[in-house]
Amino acid sequence: MSDSDQKGNGDIVPEARLRDVGANRASDKERPRDEDRRTVLRVGVTTAMAAGAVALGLGLRAREGHGKSKTLPKVKDHRVAKVAGAVEMAIVRGPDAAANVRRAVEAVGGMGRFVKRGERVVIKPNIGWNRLPEQAANTNPEVVAEVVRLVAAAGAGKIWVTDVSVNTAEQCFARSGIEKAARAAGAIVVRPEATAFREVDVAGKLLRTGDVLYPFVDADRVINVPVVKQHSLSGATMALKNWYGVLGGQRVKLHQNIHLSIVDLAAMMKPTLTIMDATRILLANGPTGGSLADVKQMDTIAVGTDEVALDAFGAGLLGLSPGDLGFIIEGMKAGLGTSDWRSLKTEELGG
Amino acid sequence: MFLWLRRSYQVVFLLFFLFLVLASTSIFIRSYDVQWFLELDPLVALTTALASGTLHKALWWSLPLIVLTLVFGRFFCSWMCPMGVLHHLLGHLGRKRKVLDRMKQNLPRPSHKIKYAILAVMLGLAAAGSVQIGLLDPIASTWRGLSTSFLPAASNTAYGLYQGERHFQWGTLITIVFFGALALNFVYPRFYCRVLCPLGALLGLLSKFSLFRISKDPSKCNDCDVCGADCQGAADPQGTVRATECMVCLNCTKGCKRGGIAYRFLPALKLSKTSTDLSRRKWITAGIAGVVAVPLARASDGVDPRPNPARIRPPGAHDEPDFLSKCLKCDACMKVCPTGGLQPALLEAGIEGFWSPILIPRIGYCEHSCTLCGQICPTGAIRHLKVADKIGNMPEKPPTRIGSAFFDKGRCLPWGYGTECIVCEEVCPTSHKAIYFKLDTITTRDGKQKTLKFPYVDLDHCTGCGICENRCPVVDRAGVRVSAANESRTPKSSMSLTGGRI
Repeated sequence: MSDSDQKGNGDIVPEARLRDVGANRASDKERPRDEDRRTVLRVGVTTAMAAGAVALGLGLRAREGHGKSKTLPKVKDHRVAKVAGAVEMAIVRGPDAAANVRRAVEAVGGMGRFVKRGERVVIKPNIGWNRLPEQAANTNPEVVAEVVRLVAAAGAGKIWVTDVSVNTAEQCFARSGIEKAARAAGAIVVRPEATAFREVDVAGKLLRTGDVLYPFVDADRVINVPVVKQHSLSGATMALKNWYGVLGGQRVKLHQNIHLSIVDLAAMMKPTLTIMDATRILLANGPTGGSLADVKQMDTIAVGTDEVALDAFGAGLLGLSPGDLGFIIEGMKAGLGTSDWRSLKTEELGG
Repeated sequence: MFLWLRRSYQVVFLLFFLFLVLASTSIFIRSYDVQWFLELDPLVALTTALASGTLHKALWWSLPLIVLTLVFGRFFCSWMCPMGVLHHLLGHLGRKRKVLDRMKQNLPRPSHKIKYAILAVMLGLAAAGSVQIGLLDPIASTWRGLSTSFLPAASNTAYGLYQGERHFQWGTLITIVFFGALALNFVYPRFYCRVLCPLGALLGLLSKFSLFRISKDPSKCNDCDVCGADCQGAADPQGTVRATECMVCLNCTKGCKRGGIAYRFLPALKLSKTSTDLSRRKWITAGIAGVVAVPLARASDGVDPRPNPARIRPPGAHDEPDFLSKCLKCDACMKVCPTGGLQPALLEAGIEGFWSPILIPRIGYCEHSCTLCGQICPTGAIRHLKVADKIGNMPEKPPTRIGSAFFDKGRCLPWGYGTECIVCEEVCPTSHKAIYFKLDTITTRDGKQKTLKFPYVDLDHCTGCGICENRCPVVDRAGVRVSAANESRTPKSSMSLTGGRI
């Protein structure tokens, strides 16, 4: 018979157990201190585990109102001080879009007036749609590249180019030509990935909080580079409406009160400078476009610090009256600027 | 030395496979032939050719593999197959420690002939017009497991850094099948390769004619049987080597200290066995079962008798019967789709279309000028459209429609609640816009007059891309939804007389 068979025998096992118990008793007398120590240890371990469980439970207890006191960051005021007597708005027409940008920025005092050495600057074109430059649904890439170069020449410490696209961002950034042009000009192109957003306090009349791309929270200066397009709901999308593109999240809800939403976002952003691209404008089927039949070549760049005035000018290019556009009326009420752009000190340069 | 050569090949091919899967995104793909591994697969070529009557041109890549297998045997499994490499590695999970136990573990078993029955059923299905091979084919399975299970999980955990957030409907099933196949190595090493793999079965059949084979040298062998201890294919090298099971891993040559077993050119025929052990009766029965299963399945769901509104096929997909005669369910199109809207079907396309691609617009829409799904499709189930053919040029040339949009007026904000919205019209990518609006004045609850924009669909312009449904601010079930009706791949789906297709 093998060992295992013996162990399985019912008669042998209980006897062996009895013997073991007797042996333990004998050792009790010999080493009582060991037994005491073991008891203390066991009680100690159990007590520590119990105390730990209670402490962990209390620590994890959900507190009433937990998290409500969190204060959200606000977007900075990016404007620079006005210079008395300076040109407030420049309109340049000519066949070379980049040259138009240079001349217009020069006319309002040069980029050095708006961007100081070492400042971090974010440039916000419209990169909303998966369209080619000729279709005029996005800002012209040459215009964006020229703005990047001017900002770089002014000595900016960091230059971001970013937007929250409506179509798939990687395709919009590629097909608009903006990603390539802006990178070649020396900018950091930030795609609107999930990790790129920060929640901010919008502090608007309608909008309270929103998720904004981080360059708009971190930057010292913001330059708006919109394109001029017809838009079915708001009438047009130009400078003020371009601020939709800083937002992530469920921004399609803003359409329920589009004009106030536009004004709230523009009031939050307070850009340093606006460079409006009307090289090609989209007259119909906006803001997406698609057909070249709806595109009109205007070869115009308008630059200024008053977004309402620039939008009023842009409305004229689209054949609209500023008084027809709700966001211009609301923008004036909110003190963002004047729709009477001719009342500003304006310089117009031909090509 | 040859073992190290084999290991190097395995690592290189596994990394190359991973690289191709990772490169199949809208940013990286460019015009690279990332689907090369799927085109290389002779089983893909054979079944799609049987089912559709044509051989998609890229599938010529399988010919070199067929020729090499006829010369060198079933080397693919142990030298190239990405799933084979994974199983080779994970085989160590179920590998016994003692040499004697391993020799027992790697003996041929009656269950190893199941794969030949599976192959016969699959070929029968294909002959009757239904390609189901992708469910078990190792290349398609690995592609699918990585694309719609492993990589989305990894990328989502890393905050979507790789390809953004990705979610696949009931991807859990794909996870269970993919990781379940790998876990079978706990039963014994390379369980999947030995028992289930239909590609291994096909290559095994070709190996019956192989010129190079593992064979014993009876004058040197002292029947110690150690050669069988690490045999990957359970090919019985200690007995009479089975040419159909041998994966040419060359482990047996390492075990033998006497040079009694080697890979040789034209060894004597009696030194290897070429029977699959599956009786002719079973081969024929399994084949017939496959053929008969197709009309049986179609008597239940059919391919087209009651089209499911959710069966929205990718742009360029062939008419449903043609599509099902080519689609592998490899999920390559789902991987490359820039919005992640292409999803594995559950029952939307009937039992035959299980795991085939459908667009779920709430998850992702079809990009207006994107044709990547057709570019990557290894079998041509989705045609590679030119952008101009996809977007068309109305009124002369209609676009490629995958469905059309319908308003649910109880859920649409302007129609149901008198609230301003019109997001669907804004994002509509066609020119002219397929979604347009009319101004209308309504009387609100408190008796005031309110004028707002009410959206409508123009059927002739709508492509069914689904961006309206995707962006509709009405959460969960949108106020505008796309169904497959009016898709242009077949006149049967057309609702409009425009174009004159009856």
